[in-house]
Amino acid sequence: MKQHKIVIIGGGPAGLAAALGAKAHGIDDVLILERDERLGGILNQCIHNGFGLHTFKEELTGPEYAQRYIDRVLAAGIPYQLRTTVAEITPNREILCVNAEEGAVTIKADAVILAMGCRERPRGALGLPGFRPAGVYTAGTAQRLMNIDGYMVGREAVILGSGDIGLIMARRMTLEGAKVRAVAELMPYSGGLKRNIVQCLDDFGIPLKLSHTVTKIHGKERVTGVTLSQVCADRKPIPGTEEYYSCDTLLLSCGLLPENELSKSASVELDPVTGGAVVSDRLETSVPGIFSCGNVLHVHDLVDNVSQEAARAGEKAAEFVKNGRSSGGTAIRLKGENGVRYTVPQILYADDMDEKLTVRLRVGDVFRNKALVVCYDGKEVKRLKKRIMAPGEMEEVTLQRDSLTDDVREIIIRVEG
Amino acid sequence: MKQELTCIRCPMGCQLTVEISGDSVTVSGNTCPRGADYGKKEVTAPTRIVTSSVKVRGGELPLVSVKTASDIPKDKIFDVMAEIRRCYTDAPVYVGDILIADAAGTGCAIVATRNVERVNS
Ligand SMILES: Cc1cc2nc3c(=O)[nH]c(=O)nc-3n(C[C@H](O)[C@H](O)[C@H](O)COP(=O)(O)OP(=O)(O)OC[C@H]3O[C@@H](n4cnc5c(N)ncnc54)[C@H](O)[C@@H]3O)c2cc1C
Ligand code: SF4
Repeated sequence: MKQHKIVIIGGGPAGLAAALGAKAHGIDDVLILERDERLGGILNQCIHNGFGLHTFKEELTGPEYAQRYIDRVLAAGIPYQLRTTVAEITPNREILCVNAEEGAVTIKADAVILAMGCRERPRGALGLPGFRPAGVYTAGTAQRLMNIDGYMVGREAVILGSGDIGLIMARRMTLEGAKVRAVAELMPYSGGLKRNIVQCLDDFGIPLKLSHTVTKIHGKERVTGVTLSQVCADRKPIPGTEEYYSCDTLLLSCGLLPENELSKSASVELDPVTGGAVVSDRLETSVPGIFSCGNVLHVHDLVDNVSQEAARAGEKAAEFVKNGRSSGGTAIRLKGENGVRYTVPQILYADDMDEKLTVRLRVGDVFRNKALVVCYDGKEVKRLKKRIMAPGEMEEVTLQRDSLTDDVREIIIRVEG
Repeated sequence: MKQELTCIRCPMGCQLTVEISGDSVTVSGNTCPRGADYGKKEVTAPTRIVTSSVKVRGGELPLVSVKTASDIPKDKIFDVMAEIRRCYTDAPVYVGDILIADAAGTGCAIVATRNVERVNS
């Protein structure tokens, strides 16, 4: 069996930053395993700009952002293996991976960092009625086909879901000469960034139909059109509101799910809300020595946050390897309530926490002129006024170690008016 | 002339109304000065960064992703795209390589945003 100090699963922005973090904190024996043909993860297909404003103070495209981290990883001499898929991880950190040259190989790691990213909600999970003609793609698959493989996916499209990938694809297809008829969104608000709505839809006069969904896909061999219907407050289609749109392509942009099959094989406890692991302030999962970061932990909007979180996971994994132990002491539970859907981390060990801890969270609705309130065992300790909060924009709250006394057992973050 | 638009300088997304009469441009609906700034620019001289890809011969990938080196006038987007679509290049290509020196008379270059190595096939 091969042996390494830290093995990182996934070579996207999370995996790259985690590797650099581990190396910077004194561990040289780090290995990245990546199933694709190149490092960089999903950023390779995100050719639009808007990455790295926080990290590099300039707006980069996805591939440029990835390249900066790849260059650093190469300069640091961190080894990586491409075309290598991890099939299983055991709770005692044995990693079973497969590649064409060596076949199946088991690697024993002192610490493992999960950085597998996320995948799109497939059509099956959406329960769309109609036949299954060609021309229905998830937005991310269409993005990969167009931006990496160089195939044009269609000439006339309707997009279901106004998440950022769908919005970006609406512009991309329009620029390539296709006609995007409409973007339909089930909710009364868009989950995408304002900037994308303006620059991807408004710029090209593409209508955004809020509170609408696809009720029928027409065509047997290839999509010939779709029917959109308005939905009422309970998100059920309203009879009589049907409208027909002719198109040869339907793109689905209906959310991302952390890719956690491997975490399950390792018996890592998952959070039903995020779909990712339950982690401590050290980004360690319920299984000692297994850490998680990036989109496999919870879906991020900004890659800068992914890189920052992952660098910490690398640092904490390095500490685990050096000290040979996990966080100790009493666990404090962190929870979201009253409009706060989740927090990451979910557990905090005050005894050895960093001086400051960034807690990331998402709200479940659009809130204007409200506050995020932090309570320790029911007592308010912090109130942050917010002019606007939306489900599509991740929020942050900083907790100070000094503010925590020995007896605190539970920290709750809630929205108050 | 009156124009409605959404400010995108921050997540608030204020609904702006921009009025142009003669030489004066007035913005209302903004919560802060950055909104007035944005409204004026959007109505008088809107610009955008354009990203796309260019075909590559002899590369590990069939395409190299590209961008305009700086923002270009919004009404030039489709002219620039037409020129990008006509363009071919040969591998290897590296981040920052200039593929078109002056796209559609904007004075702006089209540069590669990814490395594509050469393969011998
Ligand atoms: C379409 C789209 C548009 C976006 N736009 C923006 C934007 O404009 N600005 C911005 O800041 N952020 C944007 N983001 C967000 C940002 O790109 C992501 O948050 C970030 O890329 C996530 O990084 P990651 O490393 O966690 O995941 P990924 O980039 O998905 O990387 C995960 C890697 O793990 C590998 N992997 C998975 N399973 C295995 C396995 N079993 N074995 C081996 N390897 C495995 C995958 O092949 C992949 O390379 C966008 C995201 C998407 C999807
Ligand atoms: S006007 Fe000011 S507050 Fe309103 S969206 Fe623009 S930048 Fe934000």
